[in-house]
Amino acid sequence: MPEPQSTGDRGAPEGAMAATGMGGAMDLATSEAETLEKGPGAGPGGDPADKPRSLWSDAWLDLRRNPVFIVSGLIILFLVIISIWPSLIASGNPLKCDLANAQKSSGPGHPFGYDGQGCDVYTRTVYGARTSVTVGVCATLGVAVLGSVLGGLAGFFGGTWDSVLSRITDVFFAIPVVLGGLVLLSVVTSSTVWPVIGFMVLLGWPQISRIARGSVITAKQNDYVQAARALGASNSRMLLRHITPNAVAPVIVVATIALGTYIALEATLSYLGVGLKPPTVSWGIDISAASPYIRNAPHALLWPSGALAVTVLAFIMLGDAVRDALDPKLR
Amino acid sequence: MGRYVIRRLLQMIPVFIGATLLIFLMVNVMGDPIAGLCGDRQCDPATAAQLRKEFGLDKPVWQQYLTYMGNVFTGDFGTAFNGQKVTELMSTAFPVTIRLTVVAVFFEIVIGITLGVITGLRRGRPVDTGVLLVTLVVISVPTFVTGLLLQLLLGVEWGWIKPSVSTDATFDELIVPGLVLASVSLAYVTRLTRTSIAENRRSDYVRTAVAKGLPRRRVITRHLLRNSLIPVVTFIGTDIGALMGGAIVTERIFNIHGVGYQLYQGILRQNTQTVVGFVTVLVLVFLVANLLVDLLYAVLDPRIRYA
Amino acid sequence: MRGATHARWAACAVAVALTATACGGGDDDSGGGSGTGDGSGILSSSWGDPQNPLEPANTNEVQGGKVLDMIFRGLKRYDARTGKANDMMAEKIETTDSQNFTVTIKDGWKFSNGEAVTAKSFVDAWNYGASLKNNQKNAYFFGYIDGYDKAHPEDGSKQTADTLSGLVVTGTNTFTVKLNQKFSTFPDTLGYAAFSPLPQAFFKDHAAWVSKPVGNGPYAIDSYTKGSQMSLRKWDAYSGTDKARNGGVDLKVYTDNNTAYTDLMAGNLDLVDDVPAAQLGNVKSDLGDRYINTPAGIIQTLAFPFYDKDWAKPGMEKVRTGLSRAINREQITDTIFQKTRTPAGDWTSPVLGEEGGFKADLCGDACEYDPEEAKKLIEEGGGFPGGQVKISYNADSGSHKQWVDAVCNSVNNVLDNDKACVANPVGTFADFRNQITQSKMSGPFRAGWQMDYPLIQNFLQPLYYTNASSNDGKWTNKEFDKLVDEANAETDQAKAVDLFQQAEEVLRDDMGAIPLWYQNGSAGYSERLSNVALSPFSLPVYSEIKVS
Repeated sequence: MPEPQSTGDRGAPEGAMAATGMGGAMDLATSEAETLEKGPGAGPGGDPADKPRSLWSDAWLDLRRNPVFIVSGLIILFLVIISIWPSLIASGNPLKCDLANAQKSSGPGHPFGYDGQGCDVYTRTVYGARTSVTVGVCATLGVAVLGSVLGGLAGFFGGTWDSVLSRITDVFFAIPVVLGGLVLLSVVTSSTVWPVIGFMVLLGWPQISRIARGSVITAKQNDYVQAARALGASNSRMLLRHITPNAVAPVIVVATIALGTYIALEATLSYLGVGLKPPTVSWGIDISAASPYIRNAPHALLWPSGALAVTVLAFIMLGDAVRDALDPKLR
Repeated sequence: MGRYVIRRLLQMIPVFIGATLLIFLMVNVMGDPIAGLCGDRQCDPATAAQLRKEFGLDKPVWQQYLTYMGNVFTGDFGTAFNGQKVTELMSTAFPVTIRLTVVAVFFEIVIGITLGVITGLRRGRPVDTGVLLVTLVVISVPTFVTGLLLQLLLGVEWGWIKPSVSTDATFDELIVPGLVLASVSLAYVTRLTRTSIAENRRSDYVRTAVAKGLPRRRVITRHLLRNSLIPVVTFIGTDIGALMGGAIVTERIFNIHGVGYQLYQGILRQNTQTVVGFVTVLVLVFLVANLLVDLLYAVLDPRIRYA
Repeated sequence: MRGATHARWAACAVAVALTATACGGGDDDSGGGSGTGDGSGILSSSWGDPQNPLEPANTNEVQGGKVLDMIFRGLKRYDARTGKANDMMAEKIETTDSQNFTVTIKDGWKFSNGEAVTAKSFVDAWNYGASLKNNQKNAYFFGYIDGYDKAHPEDGSKQTADTLSGLVVTGTNTFTVKLNQKFSTFPDTLGYAAFSPLPQAFFKDHAAWVSKPVGNGPYAIDSYTKGSQMSLRKWDAYSGTDKARNGGVDLKVYTDNNTAYTDLMAGNLDLVDDVPAAQLGNVKSDLGDRYINTPAGIIQTLAFPFYDKDWAKPGMEKVRTGLSRAINREQITDTIFQKTRTPAGDWTSPVLGEEGGFKADLCGDACEYDPEEAKKLIEEGGGFPGGQVKISYNADSGSHKQWVDAVCNSVNNVLDNDKACVANPVGTFADFRNQITQSKMSGPFRAGWQMDYPLIQNFLQPLYYTNASSNDGKWTNKEFDKLVDEANAETDQAKAVDLFQQAEEVLRDDMGAIPLWYQNGSAGYSERLSNVALSPFSLPVYSEIKVS
């Protein structure tokens, strides 16, 4: 588990850097952090290329050198690997549960102990990654894309566009999650994660949409945007080149936190009997099953919650790094 | 400005009709609620038919909706299955929930923005990392557990608070529930503020303000914070509805007979009248909150104008 | 301890305002007014919002039942410990043919509004309860009385009578009941709340009565705020012998039984009659001996969809029995339920007693956990239809998920197949019931039965008789029906019980439903209370509780 101190800044944990074999970038990163503390103006030194690059390739170059990005990327890579091949690090069967072991704490071969049904918490935590990471990432991506496109358009064009899109948003806001879940998901018989993800996107986009709209409305007022408009830049150019990089930060912040809440929401839906059908294994289901027994068997809650926390941490760090990379003021 | 507000108020009418229709249909799609009224036993068909007639469930859905809306405009929101008027339920539930929401929003603003400013100005320092860790805990441990533990510690072990909220639900009783309810939103507000502050502290007007020799405090509150608040205000605006209608877990743990609890019960028992009644009021709250947020944009950023 | 002070103040204020009894110094004033057993102390108890208006024939769940149990006394009352039906308001109930009964009620009883309780109070109440136009959910209780088919036609035809022709008032204190079939133990059913008498005030101003019900029991309702609290106070002029031994009960509505439990630990509540499953592991350390766990007349079973050819075809009884034998009841009741359930050995309940028809080993081997036999039986019967069994339950109430998961794990371990058994949650209770009543279940599903009256008949006939009202699985067996009919006609109780048990054996041999466990009532109480007990209906016996 990485030390979370590395977040939100470019001060690099040395080990992480060395591990990536990008030794050359290390000096840059550390020096850059210092420069930044002194304030803008002193751009990152040592950029060898002189020809102008697009904002996006600039951002990518920036990211590759950012230790925060590398650490979070490694965590996410690890999560993806165990999602695909959980048996690499867990030899047990997550569905093999013996009530005789219920709520027992850790023992040899079972480092995290057992849950209330006598299932091995370690195995279930490893196997739960696939469902939870899929739900979290896909729902967040869906919500972020749909929400920022619709919200961005509403904010950028204003007027009738804004009125219509915003009022549709309001109607979706009105649907209580429990009602929506019971109605929309109870008719679904598929036992895959996709209906659940679709449901989250359907009910989740209005929030991001409002946030994106607000950001775009603000960004639109900036002098350089006005200048670009005066110079006759096309709408799509203004949106992509000038507004998006300046409006994306709040969307990233909300989306990275929402990722964690979607993983937890999946459990709420399962609890309501409309989420993922047994015998699916997920962190959310295990967290919600262990919650009432917090006084008797806290370990059964601790591990899946911990896994969720690390995942959220990784994505928050990733979001921070991407945001920094896209911020022209930091250049 | 005035014309803008009037236009927005007029737009509420289609949203109102659309939302109520949508909710009405959704509750209807859930199926026949009568079967749930007879316990683990089959209602005898004659009584079931009679009950269906009494609640108007024997009519086609569009007719039910028209009758319902007609009644709503005369102030009659119908009756819950236990014979209680929905207006009566609402008049007890909404004041409690409004108080709870006020407490939660208060915490979001005071704690969330304060922490956001501090961490935004001190990125990467121990205080930033500390707040991030707390944020992670709040996101990954269910409210159910935080609420329960706080209730046990403060209410039973130390005896600082009463574990359950009385029917009066006064503000002082709602402090802990409000904090629990606000916890996840606090994480959002803190990080949104932090990002905005970090982003804006390098902008020209802040540098100008610093260069002018303004005191640090004034730069932060008048220049930096004010321009960083738009995403935060937007978020809180979207959150008010969620806090009011979705406080199911918090309300259950602390025995608050509020909107979230009543709405949840209504949904589980498929009581159209209760659900649509409560949601109707909530929709109005959303609409007003969103309008206020949009107006606040213009206050926070004078460059934004509404025609 | 701000909270505790708060609560005491409130209680005092209420007590002073209402009964003008000394509330005085509370705990300090033990020499003065409120020592042990002086009967003036008021206790607070957890409550849930009743789901229906509080009419006796319309209350079919335990929270409303709690109130009715305090404010009403019927002809019979079930002993809180033995469950035996004793005469309460009945002077005598006589019959010669098990079909025509003459009821004589005791003289001098009154409702708390001063009205006398007469034979008419009973007959009017029963007629009201049976009449279709009043929408009473317990109407079927009157189904054995002659004329029910006219007052409550179930086939959708028009109601042709407002009253039951089988009920005739023959004097101030006597009335006769004619049944439409022989039913020897009919008098023993009369302790159920639906058979309570009603005052004329109920019929004259119904709305006023419903907002503050008036009955003839040891308590009277003092105030009732829907959704938050009901205050009941001892009714001093109560005519019966089981007078309240405390000053009254404040029922407080809780959103969650876990909150009520926490309030009990914090000293803000005196009695919790439903200890949440999650707290059972620590209840002994929290409450010590202030925790009771006693059998109640509730049994949990798994019913099968006999309308589904796959589950009903011959040979499947082996699979059903095999499934029963694959469930490790002992382990589940010990671990998941912390011994608040007892593994079931028949289809009734221990509260009936041996004499009443309970027989712990009637199911015998068929309910005994035996992995090898279970596997063999399931294989012999051709395995589960489609290779997988889905156990359905409603997810919105109770902690069904835990035991269904545990049952499935038990079955899967026996068959050594992760996916042989999976839980199938259904979102709402109403949806769950709809799937059952519309015969849409595709596999076994949760079924529970809380007795209406402590008779073996009540555990068998409503659930397994062909087309009975709660025969959710639509199990049908001619032999079983014949034995039940014979048992109902039998006047000798021992012989009747024997016939019912023979019927139960028929049920066992076909494994018409899998008995899982008997449910106990569990309650916790504060140090102020003593003499707390739960009745076989898992209701606290409020009138006997002493407050110090």
